[in-house]
Amino acid sequence: MTAIDSLDTFPKILLERSKSSAKKPAMREKDLGIWQTWTWQEAFQEIKAFACGLSAMGLSPGDKLIIVGDNRPRLYWAMSATQCVGGIPVPTYQDAVAQEMAYVVDHSDAIVAVVEDQEQVDKLLEIQQSCPQLKTIIYDDARGMDDYDLPHVMSFESVQEKGRELLSQNADFFETTIDQGKGADEAIMLYTSGTTGKPKGVMLTYDNMVITARNGCKLENLTENEETLAYLPMAWVGDHLFSYAQSYIAGFCVSCPESPATVPHDLREIGPTYYFAPPRVFENLLTSVTIRMQDAAPVKQKVFKYFMDVAKNIGVRILEDKPVSLKERLLYKLGDILVYGPLKNTLGMSRVRIAYTAGEAIGPEIFEFYRSLGINIKQIYGQTEASIFVTVQPDDQVRSDTVGIAAPDVEITIADNGEVLYRSPGVFKSYYKNEESTKSTKNDEGWVYTGDAGFFTDDGHLRIIDRAKDVGKFSNGKLFAPKYIENKLKFFPHIREAVCFGNSRDTCTAFINIDMEAVGVWAEKQNIPYASYQELAAKEQVYQLVQDSIEQVNRDLTDDSMLSHSQIFRFLILHKELDADDGELTRTRKVRRPFIAERYGVLIDALYDGKSQCFIETEVSFEDGRTGAISADLHIQDVKTYSLEEGKTAA
Amino acid sequence: MSTTRNFSDVLLKVDNVHLSFGGVKALTNVNFNIMKGEIRAIIGPNGAGKSSMLNVINGFYHPQQGTITYKGVARSQMKPHQAAVQGIARTFQNIALFKGMSTLDNIMTGRLLKMKSGLLSQAFYWGKYEKEETQHRHKVEEIIDFLEIQSIRKTPVGRLPYGLQKRVELGRALAAEPELLLLDEPMAGMNVEEKEDMSRFIIETNDQLGTTIALIEHDMGVVMDLSDRVVVLDYGRQLADGTPDAVRGNQAVIDAYLGVTE
Repeated sequence: MTAIDSLDTFPKILLERSKSSAKKPAMREKDLGIWQTWTWQEAFQEIKAFACGLSAMGLSPGDKLIIVGDNRPRLYWAMSATQCVGGIPVPTYQDAVAQEMAYVVDHSDAIVAVVEDQEQVDKLLEIQQSCPQLKTIIYDDARGMDDYDLPHVMSFESVQEKGRELLSQNADFFETTIDQGKGADEAIMLYTSGTTGKPKGVMLTYDNMVITARNGCKLENLTENEETLAYLPMAWVGDHLFSYAQSYIAGFCVSCPESPATVPHDLREIGPTYYFAPPRVFENLLTSVTIRMQDAAPVKQKVFKYFMDVAKNIGVRILEDKPVSLKERLLYKLGDILVYGPLKNTLGMSRVRIAYTAGEAIGPEIFEFYRSLGINIKQIYGQTEASIFVTVQPDDQVRSDTVGIAAPDVEITIADNGEVLYRSPGVFKSYYKNEESTKSTKNDEGWVYTGDAGFFTDDGHLRIIDRAKDVGKFSNGKLFAPKYIENKLKFFPHIREAVCFGNSRDTCTAFINIDMEAVGVWAEKQNIPYASYQELAAKEQVYQLVQDSIEQVNRDLTDDSMLSHSQIFRFLILHKELDADDGELTRTRKVRRPFIAERYGVLIDALYDGKSQCFIETEVSFEDGRTGAISADLHIQDVKTYSLEEGKTAA
Repeated sequence: MSTTRNFSDVLLKVDNVHLSFGGVKALTNVNFNIMKGEIRAIIGPNGAGKSSMLNVINGFYHPQQGTITYKGVARSQMKPHQAAVQGIARTFQNIALFKGMSTLDNIMTGRLLKMKSGLLSQAFYWGKYEKEETQHRHKVEEIIDFLEIQSIRKTPVGRLPYGLQKRVELGRALAAEPELLLLDEPMAGMNVEEKEDMSRFIIETNDQLGTTIALIEHDMGVVMDLSDRVVVLDYGRQLADGTPDAVRGNQAVIDAYLGVTE
């Protein structure tokens, strides 16, 4: 047991790290093409100056500070500095439009905002007009800020300067303030992405984060030698736990990418050992590998295919320490030299020891692809309200269709209606200014309603099938689990998004979004000309491609007598991609069902009234905030469905 | 620009310039100046002599009559590399980059004039040159950061989309740390988003690096938004010279662009 293990707040841990790990790297960022490193001691000094500056400017314990930007060391330091002086940092999604961000700024009562650059300063100046409690805006990147002659807009350095002045008069100020922090204090407020209604501010205490992070470190034996790349939004609980909390607890170095566009390069250069990505990222990587292999020379394609088959057969067994013959081992070794090694290097995964994925279900083929390469990718199931960890898959029991067993110190139970409930040290304190939701989410005994429906499989693993409230019933009373079907559809590389309907109806139907990249390459190979998403989506051949996939899903659904009646009868391909800017998806790319049902009501009616065409006009918003309209005449297609017997013979 | 900016120093002055190729009169009696720190546009219909004017400024063409005064020194004959030495850099209408080389290397070529060491020490990456190259690389990285092209640093330029190639070309021109930057149709063939990006970089170059910019452009919207003053040419003759608003209302300009009913 080291000194760190007994400390209860991140500021105290930071203080200890600045002494015991003084010379070890804490943070890295690529700047002007060169990786710059800050040791724990250097990071501590930066944080100290900034924290004292905040204090000098009047930030008192309990005050909220908004953080907006990509993953940058200074933004992480701002987070830490706020905690050091007793404030509560509120990281927000940096790509949110002003209107969405205004809600968070207003609701959180934040008085200071620390932002990345001019773009975000402009956004906050706009927000400030409706949120006068926001007093100060501090920016990290000074580029383009010369002409802003506003007294309440200032640079990160100038705040640090104020802090150093304060320190010159009161040298012990910082350490004394840190000492006053307690484990039960509120450490951070994270807004949930808001699949339903307005975002809610989840208040997590130091105890929540510190204990959860510590349990996670113990479970996976994380040491100070891990390498990670912080590239997921800072507002997301996962990034907060993996790139902040666990870095403090275990003492490992966190690297920040040069820019969002350089993440693949930066991954390759850093070679993380501890890696996290939502299924979407793993899918996209695999799609780009597949596309590039299709363009490779025939010999290379053959070698790739041969060794990927070998890997499928042997790789997972090696990873899970199951018996493997000498011949198989040698063959796998050869494959490693020729294919897997270079491939993993390209993906930036040569050194990955633990890779987590969560948020959505991951396709079995995708999951198997990475595991067969020897990358230990595991699923976790979690929530912001739980400081993320609810379940995690043990190293030797990884499956693609379950989310694993309860994480350390977590209790799980299933309610009568199938909803999953949990209780753990990570359970949040409350929703900010929302007593009602807190009560309806967390009961008196501390159990949290996840809102997800699931069950335990025979080997004790939790399987999540859908959102509890989305699980509906067909008019004949049979179970309708839309997400389960949508995920099956999305596992096809050319289907990017699917939305299924069927609640209180007699059959199931679907909206489809095609994957522009995958279908685009396919279309080029088939000599199908197209100029835009809309045009490509309307092609007859594309409809045929999607129809084949849906029929495959229909056949699969007959495997399970509980779900065989959920087969899709009709579908259409939407004329635009579902987009978070239009409110159709959440910022974490989850479908907003009620909103879509309202917006595309005409199309849903058309799916059920037997029409083969339907006209729709939709308003879209562009990245710069302007809006426009696109209209289309959509074709609706019938799909073959299967009886139980047919499904068996066809499969 | 919504507000009118004031400039006091003349950087370049074009007096009474005549240029002809055989019987074709490309420029006839053109007179205007470029103030230090401004964004100056040269516009006109196809074949108006815009590119010729740019080529005269940067010493590629030699006018038969008239003088060019740059930083107070009048000259009639100058070679393009002398223009470069004096701090004039340019981009081209049809991109002229080294397609097989990376973005980084392409921008590095823009540093050529700033390199001091001899061939021998360069060849062996030896002595003073090692330090010098580090300095140049640093400058190039600043430009990459400025133009937000970090993700294509090592990508061969030939593989980049058109809009990005234009940005790399701007980067190469900036690498020479010019006082006067000549842009020949920087927005040609771009989509709306690329145009907006390019406009932002042109404004920031002017604003933050203090570079004086002369640009030729077809897109009237862009020109009117970006520039402080506009010169209008038609058939080699100067039709108008003034602020965007003044030029927009000038009858001769309207006639040249929309045609005149006989």
